[in-house]
Amino acid sequence: MAEEATLPAVTQEVPSEEPRRGVPTWQRVLRYTVVRTIMLLITVVVGVYLTVLIANMGGYVDEIRRGQIREQVALRLQNDPAYRALPQEERQARMEAEIRVAEKRLGLDKPFIVRSFMFLKEALTLDLGRAENMTSDSGSRQVRLIILERLPATLLLFGTSALLIFFLALFVSLYLSRNYGSFLDRLFVSLSPLSSAPGWFYGVFLIAIFAAWLKILPFGGMISTPPPETRGEYILDLGKHLILPVTAQILTSLFIGVYSWRTFFLIYSSEDYVEMAKAKGLPPRAIERRYILRATLPTIVTSFALTLIAVWLGQIIFETVFNWPGLGRTYYQAIGVFDTAVIVGITVLYAYLLAITVFLLDIIYAIVDPRVDVGGVQSAT
Amino acid sequence: MLRGAWREIRYYPSAVFGLIIIILFVAVSIYTVITIPYSEAIRLWRGGEEVWGDTPRLAAPVWYNFLREQKLPLTIRMSSTDEGVQHHQEQAADNLWIHDVIYTFDFPYDEFPQDLGVFLQAQFEEKAPYVSLVLERPDGEEIRIEDLSVQGGRQVFLVSQSEDLHRRLGLPEGVETVVGLFAEDAQAEEPVPLKGTYVLRIEGTLFEPESTITSKLVVYGKVHGWAGTDHLRRDLSVALLWGAPVALSFGLLAAVGTTVTTMIIAAVGVWYGGWVDSIIQRITEVNMVLPVLPILIMIGVFWNRSLAIMLVAIVLLSIFGAGIKTNRAIFLQVKSLPYIEAARSYGASDLRIIFLYMIPRIIPTIIPSLVLGIPSFVFLEASLAVLGLGDPVLPTWGKVINDARVNGALLQGYFYWILQPSFALMVTGIAFAMLGFSLDRIFNPRLREL
Repeated sequence: MAEEATLPAVTQEVPSEEPRRGVPTWQRVLRYTVVRTIMLLITVVVGVYLTVLIANMGGYVDEIRRGQIREQVALRLQNDPAYRALPQEERQARMEAEIRVAEKRLGLDKPFIVRSFMFLKEALTLDLGRAENMTSDSGSRQVRLIILERLPATLLLFGTSALLIFFLALFVSLYLSRNYGSFLDRLFVSLSPLSSAPGWFYGVFLIAIFAAWLKILPFGGMISTPPPETRGEYILDLGKHLILPVTAQILTSLFIGVYSWRTFFLIYSSEDYVEMAKAKGLPPRAIERRYILRATLPTIVTSFALTLIAVWLGQIIFETVFNWPGLGRTYYQAIGVFDTAVIVGITVLYAYLLAITVFLLDIIYAIVDPRVDVGGVQSAT
Repeated sequence: MLRGAWREIRYYPSAVFGLIIIILFVAVSIYTVITIPYSEAIRLWRGGEEVWGDTPRLAAPVWYNFLREQKLPLTIRMSSTDEGVQHHQEQAADNLWIHDVIYTFDFPYDEFPQDLGVFLQAQFEEKAPYVSLVLERPDGEEIRIEDLSVQGGRQVFLVSQSEDLHRRLGLPEGVETVVGLFAEDAQAEEPVPLKGTYVLRIEGTLFEPESTITSKLVVYGKVHGWAGTDHLRRDLSVALLWGAPVALSFGLLAAVGTTVTTMIIAAVGVWYGGWVDSIIQRITEVNMVLPVLPILIMIGVFWNRSLAIMLVAIVLLSIFGAGIKTNRAIFLQVKSLPYIEAARSYGASDLRIIFLYMIPRIIPTIIPSLVLGIPSFVFLEASLAVLGLGDPVLPTWGKVINDARVNGALLQGYFYWILQPSFALMVTGIAFAMLGFSLDRIFNPRLREL
């Protein structure tokens, strides 16, 4: 979490070996992609296993379950007249046998370490089981359905903010690097400490100003109740609900992004080959596109990946503050009712979502950075 | 290099500004810890009705009155043992004593009080004393509020809970009872309070010679303290003050723990190279994509949510972060410098080289990231608190924000409740960030030209 606010290092990656010549791009990208995929899969496995361990309190939950089974079996047998007629010793034996059957049915006869790997397999294949208290809007208890139902809302909010942040930051930072030292430039540099606060925090302020005080935008949620009837109105209403969360997300991510990207642009625009291009008389736009943007893109993609990870993780609190009916708020509700299955399920999904985000950016990185090959994995991310 | 840097800070206005605020916060923290010791803070924050009984519920901070034309009432609190409270005692008959207590108070405010409460305590052997509460208004009207017997030796009477009084005053539905006591004309569209001197008489009748009554009058105001109160009548100033040392120490410990460990691990990796280095690299890559916040939340939900546990978990999950990569790049350069070569040639041990030659060399470059790390950890703690996973005992800024949010502070317009702790968080965060950014420019000269 500490890296959220830190300026990405300006140290240039020194490739450990000379890039091999003559290897076609697709082959290079493919090899790189395979290695990164394996790394990310390991990440997901580690994350999910940690989740399993924590959620089971390192095996303690099994002890609780065993106690519950013993109690349930005893209660059931005591209400059984045939059982009560048996002599003492037989009763004892019968009870032990029933408990063993019940434990076996839940898999409690195996040691926790074995079971933890079974859980791991189930979680990785998104076989997330049934919720204890929560239901999906369609009334299902399947954790997978509960999660899938909320995923579109989350992806909408995340996607809108991520795209806006990326392009806004790119254009603003390019503009500022062109007008280095101008008033706007200095303003953005001095505003960059604003990024030390997370998105939900600006959310609170924005809600206070625009919803509670000025009463022009909704407090939260995704759609007004009752929802508008026509499609056009629906989209308009959705847009209105998106304004505050997206603004809050931009407030926290934009300034630091602009500051560091503008710095990259400035560093790269003082390289010799840029001077050379200028001397050749190339138009500034062409220089910017071919020599500056192209060279900085890998660094920018890397720093954007960090931003996106922060945005993903912030989503939980973010949706809670804005009452956005997505994964994050469901997570919060699951914490409230202590629904272990849902908490674990969403954590697993987060592990996947983070890995997929990084994976996509990795591919982009491999395509834009000609230096990358398998040996260069070390210098990636 | 370090000394030079401290001299250089003067030329960065944002650094000076940040530093001043940080020093101020440290001063406030020290002041708080000295004047409200830990146990006292816990008592004030978690004490229950015993401690909070005298304070109004959801009262705004006192400074609201500076901004308003219509002054909100302060809480008036008087006890029968106070000086200036008149007593009148006589024996009326055999086994019948009268003990009147006369509370005289001014009410100069433009709004109604929140409530009026009388706390009675009596000592008796068998027969409980009997008490009548009578309010004399400035316009001479007398209102008999309640007659009650001090059963069990302890009675609390709140005007807002007396339906009987509401009926006797003939108040319309929806008008609070206390308005009926203090209004010029309670039947008006918008009743205004009658200013002037009120007298509350507690007419006690005692049935035993040894029997006594002590009482306390509280006219609950609508403003309280410099920070206001929350839904449990707790004075928010306690939480706001104690939030400072908690946030500072949490942020500092987490940032130092993370930065120092990260630096050592990166140095070890670079020095030994080979498989040690590549394992560290792989762990870092895995760790950077782990869902840190959900894992922290799960630790909070399933295990323990005390700050100490969270601190350890956060540090463990942050050690293998982006810092490893940054430090590694610098250490790789340091490793190839001649003085390291020299150290190796005269037989310095590995540990000596790592801890005495390599690490001191890069300390200046990690100071900015340490300072910049503090606000992110402070906010992380607040984030966990906003999810309801704050420390179960300590009052923190994040917990106040969470209480306010959950109880609809914004919807109902209790802005002070949520904005004060947010403001404190923001000022702290921005102060550290400003200092950190300036230090970054000082210690990383490559940035300075830009």
